[in-house]
Amino acid sequence: MSARRLQGGRAPLRLLPSTLRRVGEGFADRHQSLAVLVGVALVGAFLPIVVGVPPFSGFGNQNDFLDGFANAGVFVLLALGLNVVVGLAGLLDLGYAAFFAIGSYAYAYGASPFSHLAVPFWPMLVVGALVAATFGILLGAPTLRLRGDYLAIVTLGFGEIVPVVFTNSDTYTNGTNGIAGIYQPSLHGLFGIGSFGFGNPWPYYVTVLLVVAVAMMLLYRLQDSRLGRAWVAIREDEVAAASMGVNTVTTKLLAFAIGASTAGLAGVFNASKLSIVSPDQFGFTVSFTVLAMVVLGGMGNIWGVAIGAFTLYEIQSVFLKQLTNFVQALHLPVLDLGFLRLDISAIDFVQYQFLLYGLALVAMMLLRPEGLFPSRQRKRELHESEEEAVESNEGLVQA
Amino acid sequence: MSESAPALILSASGVTKRFGGLVAVNEVDFDIPQGSIVSLIGPNGAGKTTFFNVVAGLYEPTHGSVRFMGDEMIARGRRAWAEPLTWVLPTVIVALLGFFIMQMSGSGTTLALAMLVALGLLITMFLLAIVRPPIYERMLHRLGIFKSARPNDMVVAGLGRTFQNIRLFKTMTARENVMVGMHSRLRSTVLDAALRLARHRREEAEADVRARHWLAFVGLKGKEGEMARNLSYGDQRRLEIARALASQPKLLLLDEPTAGMNPSETSQMMTLFGRIRGELRLTILLIEHDMQVVMGVSDRVTVLDHGEKISEGTPDQVRRDPRVIEAYLGKGASA
Repeated sequence: MSARRLQGGRAPLRLLPSTLRRVGEGFADRHQSLAVLVGVALVGAFLPIVVGVPPFSGFGNQNDFLDGFANAGVFVLLALGLNVVVGLAGLLDLGYAAFFAIGSYAYAYGASPFSHLAVPFWPMLVVGALVAATFGILLGAPTLRLRGDYLAIVTLGFGEIVPVVFTNSDTYTNGTNGIAGIYQPSLHGLFGIGSFGFGNPWPYYVTVLLVVAVAMMLLYRLQDSRLGRAWVAIREDEVAAASMGVNTVTTKLLAFAIGASTAGLAGVFNASKLSIVSPDQFGFTVSFTVLAMVVLGGMGNIWGVAIGAFTLYEIQSVFLKQLTNFVQALHLPVLDLGFLRLDISAIDFVQYQFLLYGLALVAMMLLRPEGLFPSRQRKRELHESEEEAVESNEGLVQA
Repeated sequence: MSESAPALILSASGVTKRFGGLVAVNEVDFDIPQGSIVSLIGPNGAGKTTFFNVVAGLYEPTHGSVRFMGDEMIARGRRAWAEPLTWVLPTVIVALLGFFIMQMSGSGTTLALAMLVALGLLITMFLLAIVRPPIYERMLHRLGIFKSARPNDMVVAGLGRTFQNIRLFKTMTARENVMVGMHSRLRSTVLDAALRLARHRREEAEADVRARHWLAFVGLKGKEGEMARNLSYGDQRRLEIARALASQPKLLLLDEPTAGMNPSETSQMMTLFGRIRGELRLTILLIEHDMQVVMGVSDRVTVLDHGEKISEGTPDQVRRDPRVIEAYLGKGASA
């Protein structure tokens, strides 16, 4: 098939020997959708087994882990959507959590005692995505002329406004308390994995895998199309893109809409899983976390971003907690210098999560600016300047 | 003008562009006959590139208009002030109607309904104004409101261009750069791509073949997979031309295509211009500093200085024009 992918190294394949990798990449190029489905299915089958093996089995039981994985899936979806806006189209969006909130509230209105409606979960996934996409366009429209920093500030404002609106419109949103008692999805035992509920994470785990797989498949297809090329062209040089016939207005709006619709999917799923939405779930920290996931994973690379999001979520929800427990169990002596008392055993690492994000981002920007699993293009972009510097030096020597 | 005047592909009249107090282009009239190679020359800062950018839809002119293939594409907006009225008027009318009905019947639901419709109308008009689909443009035309074409509209109409400072999509491959050039000629929508319909796959396959064809045409065969950034300077210039050709233009604007090239590269480039005209039957508007190129390939030459047209004619006429010599070499030289 001639329509090869535009960019993006297939991160999980990088670890294999080169021949095998070439065969694998060739296959993935030709049957991309199948590769995504197989990849997600493999990961999905692998994870529940891994958590039964020490040392992971010591951290918690399988159900707790699966519940965490389902939550991680929400962040994977968010990161995939933000990757379209930031990674492909190059539009820095700092208020991405707003679309997550809009998707969540859309489901809360569609299926809760608050609105006296009970629309089933599956159609609400589509509705949530569409509602979020509409708001994506409404936000995108006034920002079309803005670039870089200015765009970031406007989106930041939008991200702050949305939760505030949900907080203050008491009569329609129940204010700070949020909307509780949201109905959970029902599958009627379709997969033989029991019904959705708080005690049984399996249905949520399978659902989120399904949604992530479909989202990844569609995003890969869009990235390979005329639209994907136009996004990258706008990121590279907007004036040149317009002069080559790319309608920059609709192309950017589509980036916002598609990014927002993915967040809408995540929102609907999240609301159905938690069964409550409240404005404080959608603060700036969510936008920031998702952006950190995209940057750490490797902007522009779909698999990289997904893995980055999953890893970061697991670090904050599992690793830091275990680290706290582990350090506590060591019973280290308290360091007492009179003016300074340092009790390492009492440190709660979860509290330092954002400090650690910050450090990780700084380290990343210095050591590996293209992310853990860079797209081919970003890698070139960021390392080209060094080569160029070398070349120009050589030129000087010759002259 | 010759007796059997050929059809004009582009006709600019009285084009003026001011940046604050600076008049970059002043009352320039400019005609390009179909199938010719026309050059635009002048000292640095004469306003050649500004004129180019006006024609390409990048800048809106302060005065004047540009007709392309017989259609007025670019001009200072007429009744542009009336456009915002079309955004709010439907909303206001519906809202007032709602008030009126409420006064008559005394029911609050009508008002609420009218307000909802009014809000919907406002959002719809707002989005229409931003996306500017053909329906909206036609509506504006019917109301006598004229807006200049945007760069992408000019490409759709049949104008391709290159840039003075190369503006390739640097981290895309040569093939992908050319495929972006085809953007306006490809039809697949988001849905086609998402569902990967047969139509979409066929179009992508054809686009791939055509991209390779254009690369071979400009002499970049075998470099399809190279990153644009890694190509040599001359190849980057060629790639820009291939990218412009991929949009199937009728008029090609080339902004200093041989700048920074050695003599052998320059002569290759001149051959390429000949082939573009001979084989593809395109019209070329060229900005160039290399007089050998200008005199060698052009049918007509226009000279700009300080934003004004000072001379026009065949290469020989222009070469002998004292005003041209004065502009390039100073007053004493023309005497």
